[in-house]
Amino acid sequence: MKPLFLALSLFLLLFALFISSLLVGPAGIGINDSFSGLFFGDKGPLTLVMREIRLPRALVGVMLGISLGLSGAAMQGYLRNPLAEPGLIGVSASAALGAVLAIQTGLSAVFALGLPLMALGGAFVAVLFILVLAGPRSSSITLILAGIAISAMAGALTSLVLNISPNPFAANEIIFWMMGSLADRSMVHVWLALPLMLLGWGMLATLGRGLDALTLGEDAAEALGIRLNRLRLTLIFGTACVIGAATAVAGTVGFVGLVVPHILRPLVGARPSHLLWASALGGAVMILAADIAVRVALPGQELKLGVLTALVGAPLFLHLIFKTRKESA
Amino acid sequence: MQCCIYNMAKAGLLACLTLGLGAELRADNPPMRVVSMNLCSDQLAMLVAAPGQLISVSYLAHDPRSSAMYRQAHSYPINMGRAEEIFLLQPDLVIAGKFSTRDTVSMLKRLNIPVVLMKPANSLTDVRDKLMEMGRHLHREKVAAALIAKFDADLAAIRSDNTYHPRAVAYSQGGYTSGDKTLAGEIITTAGFSNMASELGLEAGGTLALEQLIISHPDIVITSDNYPGHSRAEELMQHPALATFTKGQASDNIRDADWVCGTPHVLTAIARLKSTRELMGADQ
Repeated sequence: MKPLFLALSLFLLLFALFISSLLVGPAGIGINDSFSGLFFGDKGPLTLVMREIRLPRALVGVMLGISLGLSGAAMQGYLRNPLAEPGLIGVSASAALGAVLAIQTGLSAVFALGLPLMALGGAFVAVLFILVLAGPRSSSITLILAGIAISAMAGALTSLVLNISPNPFAANEIIFWMMGSLADRSMVHVWLALPLMLLGWGMLATLGRGLDALTLGEDAAEALGIRLNRLRLTLIFGTACVIGAATAVAGTVGFVGLVVPHILRPLVGARPSHLLWASALGGAVMILAADIAVRVALPGQELKLGVLTALVGAPLFLHLIFKTRKESA
Repeated sequence: MQCCIYNMAKAGLLACLTLGLGAELRADNPPMRVVSMNLCSDQLAMLVAAPGQLISVSYLAHDPRSSAMYRQAHSYPINMGRAEEIFLLQPDLVIAGKFSTRDTVSMLKRLNIPVVLMKPANSLTDVRDKLMEMGRHLHREKVAAALIAKFDADLAAIRSDNTYHPRAVAYSQGGYTSGDKTLAGEIITTAGFSNMASELGLEAGGTLALEQLIISHPDIVITSDNYPGHSRAEELMQHPALATFTKGQASDNIRDADWVCGTPHVLTAIARLKSTRELMGADQ
């Protein structure tokens, strides 16, 4: 498939889903009313709902999707392993721990950016760990085991912090940090996450040439003038930025970074550089579709976003494990 | 329990029947060591019990945010609602909530400790019924009847037949709202409001999406107090859309302690909401 055609179709799909996301909600507002509320602010309840509730939800969804898709594609390109995904290898779980610490210590109340920055810190530690424990070309099993260990540790500490909180509602939020949700996000969350995400997207986007060269092996890549150390550092910081910011505002949403690159890889001729932008768009498409589905499937008692992405992603994950096992056998 | 098994083995069924009968006979004497393990029964028991009759209340009774009687509660030792500590208190009656941990309750029953379960109150009539029920359990029917009479009189004094019923919605942590078929809902209507939750089919209470609240445009949003620490459930109360909506509008805040439990203390919440409503009426 021609890259331009793929980009265009993904864009159109994203646009359509973005519009649908603005139109879906428990209040059941008509299409005309929705758009007049959104564009011609009359300061009435319609404008309030469209601009302060639905628009930020759709925007955070797009930002989350881009972050998950892009970081998944970048990690898979660098580790040359289709199982690398921020949710599976514990980066999201560690980011969630950082975010929970920021909220429960009261840091985020005195310094708003403390929330995404602490999440970034958590994500950073996890990516660093993963790259040390399971460097490039390490076996899938090492990668997954390291991921399980980091996820379990971060998840347990997150639960611990929420359980010892003096707030009676905090313990219920374990599910949000494990499964993620876009419910009741506001423009505050958009502005909180956007700066770090832009920085991270920028860093990950520069990786294309290096990742393309890496498909020939590390020696060949170095011969082509790729500085591997710099590439690795950019990957670590970029991933930590996008996953930290995304998790801080939307919790842990797994499997998007796994499913999206997997589906799109054949469409871009397996070129990592093309897969980066394609996965970014594809991730946003998947998140918006999933977020519309959670609102339509069980209105009233909203499903968590991660439930849906896991239902799609986990079978594919099993399939991939099966495939990599056969290849290595 | 061991004694019962021993007897059964030795003397067969008869022994156990007598034992059971003994327990029935004992029930005619008032319980002297009563333990309550539920926030609402704590308060009912403190109101009704004779001095020294109640020996322990649940830990929540000491929490000023949840308990309307936290000051009185400080003269009672607390329990965390665990079977072991309650057994060691050697109670002759345990009062638990209908939704207390089932395992704890069945464990206490296996240990031959009489346990009564009290359902939560869902209406103002239930408040009377709960007082009477507590009176029966503690053999203090007279005290309970006096409390009921006072509650009835106070309630009658507070009720008013106003014609202006502003539309109100109770909105608490996590977007929970209370409909007409709940105690909080009846408190709202008794104070002279019409409850918006019931227009939306949430008579028994439930989660109300923020956008639905805003589109339904209530005249007043009644919130509850925040707890210490942080939670996302409470973060919803600071959502910019809600802040914009309630700006320049009537609002009120009811402490959980004043309306989570069906005790005569709900009158505080009714009185407070009523004065808020009267202010709104003056605006019209």
